Amino acid sequence: MRVFHLKINGDTVDVAAPEHYTLLEILRYELGLTGSKQGCDKGDCGSCTVQVDGVPMLSCLVLPSTVESKAITTIEGLAVQHRSDGGEGASLLQNAFDAAGALQCGFCQPGMIMSAQALLESNATPNRDDIKQALAGNLCRCTGYTQIYTAVESAAKDGGENGCS
Amino acid sequence: MLRMPKFKVLNPATVAEAVDAIQQVEGSRFIAGGTDINPNLKHRLLEPECLVALNGVEEIFGISQTEFGLRIGAMESLTNVETNTLIQQLAPGLASASRQVSGPQLRNMGTIGGNVMLDTRCKWYNQTYFWRKSLGFCLKKDGDVCHVIKGGSKCVAAASNDTAAALSTLQAELEFANAQGSTRIAIDKLWQADGIWNKKVGPHDLLVAIHLPAALLNQKGSYKKLRDRNSIDFPLLGIAARLKISDNIVDDCALCVVALQARPWPLDKASALLIGTTVGSDAFNEALKACCAIAAKQCRPMPNIPGDHAYRHAMVPVFIRRAILSCLD
Ligand SMILES: Cc1cc2nc3c(=O)[nH]c(=O)nc-3n(C[C@H](O)[C@H](O)[C@H](O)COP(=O)(O)OP(=O)(O)OC[C@H]3O[C@@H](n4cnc5c(N)ncnc54)[C@H](O)[C@@H]3O)c2cc1C
Ligand code: SF4
Ligand code: FES
Ligand code: FES
Repeated sequence: MRVFHLKINGDTVDVAAPEHYTLLEILRYELGLTGSKQGCDKGDCGSCTVQVDGVPMLSCLVLPSTVESKAITTIEGLAVQHRSDGGEGASLLQNAFDAAGALQCGFCQPGMIMSAQALLESNATPNRDDIKQALAGNLCRCTGYTQIYTAVESAAKDGGENGCS
Repeated sequence: MLRMPKFKVLNPATVAEAVDAIQQVEGSRFIAGGTDINPNLKHRLLEPECLVALNGVEEIFGISQTEFGLRIGAMESLTNVETNTLIQQLAPGLASASRQVSGPQLRNMGTIGGNVMLDTRCKWYNQTYFWRKSLGFCLKKDGDVCHVIKGGSKCVAAASNDTAAALSTLQAELEFANAQGSTRIAIDKLWQADGIWNKKVGPHDLLVAIHLPAALLNQKGSYKKLRDRNSIDFPLLGIAARLKISDNIVDDCALCVVALQARPWPLDKASALLIGTTVGSDAFNEALKACCAIAAKQCRPMPNIPGDHAYRHAMVPVFIRRAILSCLD
């Protein structure tokens, strides 16, 4: 066992867990943050994507001790951030996925949104190619991707100058 | 769900601490971005008691111009290498190869050092313990036969590191540190043709930095990669090219291929044919044809990684041509 000092969705948490646990296992099984999905568990699918200091990474391949000084954001953190910025309910991007019907089973969605959110933060007006590039590490087995790209485009449009949170 | 084996993690802050830490427990391994070693641990391809994490070792980060040329710290992420303006300008083939490694999240995590030190790959090896046990283990891990070459006594798992090909065309020098001190090895001298461990340094030698010699910087460079999908996939074939062109004449040319055999393979005979020809001339076009033909003869893909090996072979001349022509764009 080792105590990991983590900063997750704005909260500082000390988690005692087996040393060989991945960040994804800590999130899901120690902290109950089951929004990040365990798909392939080996870097192939992107469903476990979280942001580490704003950068999308695959939590199934991250050792928690290597991200102790960093800000980790999971899908659960987006709405928290949105509400602390004065918004209500889910974030603009989450609502855009909903409105565009950008999901069928939904398994890929948290990872897609975490990748897309990072894109919108660095580029508020992405074109279709930028979006495809940013989501190239997130697989969806259901939708065929078109509505996902549309959702990101519409969030970018609605977010305008203010970015998208 | 794929569980990790049990291990402990050491988190050194300096090169000295890292080379000390790796010796504390026999069989320990370094971990950089973890994008190669973690899936391999989950597949029980290795079971070290201890991992030495390199993310806190500041000395092995940074991209800067030096007297020698360009220094790239081993811990720089592939995203940083791909987007760095110095590298884009001075070593375009390396920027291109980095951009084509796996997918965006993996490039944010995976490092250039980890890419050089990548384990070789084989479709009979990069599988779960259960899968490998069902088939029967192989030479590279737990067994005594090879499933690629029947009766073979040598592992031919493929070097699949995209950036290694580009670094070879740039004659990169690799700076390693271990308990005895520090050494520099030319990248083409790093490899041995053994898929079980394809490097002449051991797993306890710490790659500190990659040095690119100034004389080969600021030339044309490209990397062409065959794969099923344009993201995430490892190469089925990868060709790096570097061309030096002065007054429209090819002054120098280097080619290197990966994803064929256990080591990246510089194609010196093929690249030499282009030297001295005037771009666009009949002589150049003839040399290009001959270069592709020789390369196709030298490269013999094996059924070691996914993808039909006859198709991979047929693509060798096509990708050599594309790599060279895209240097002329
Ligand atoms: C789904 C998927 C797709 C991928 N696709 C590609 C691809 O297309 N092309 C490709 O080239 N790679 C690919 N990779 C592999 C990997 O992402 C990259 O090669 C990456 O650059 C590895 O770097 P890392 O820092 O994550 O290495 P790690 O996993 O941390 O380490 C890899 C190996 O290098 C050793 N090591 C790391 N750093 C050092 C150092 N400084 N000194 C000494 N030893 C060191 C480790 O001990 C380990 O043995 C893929 C991986 C996955 C999971
Ligand atoms: S080349 Fe042969 S020995 Fe090497 S990993 Fe593949 S099957 Fe195993
Ligand atoms: S669960 Fe992490 S990439 Fe698939
Ligand atoms: S909606 Fe099912 S995987 Fe994307």
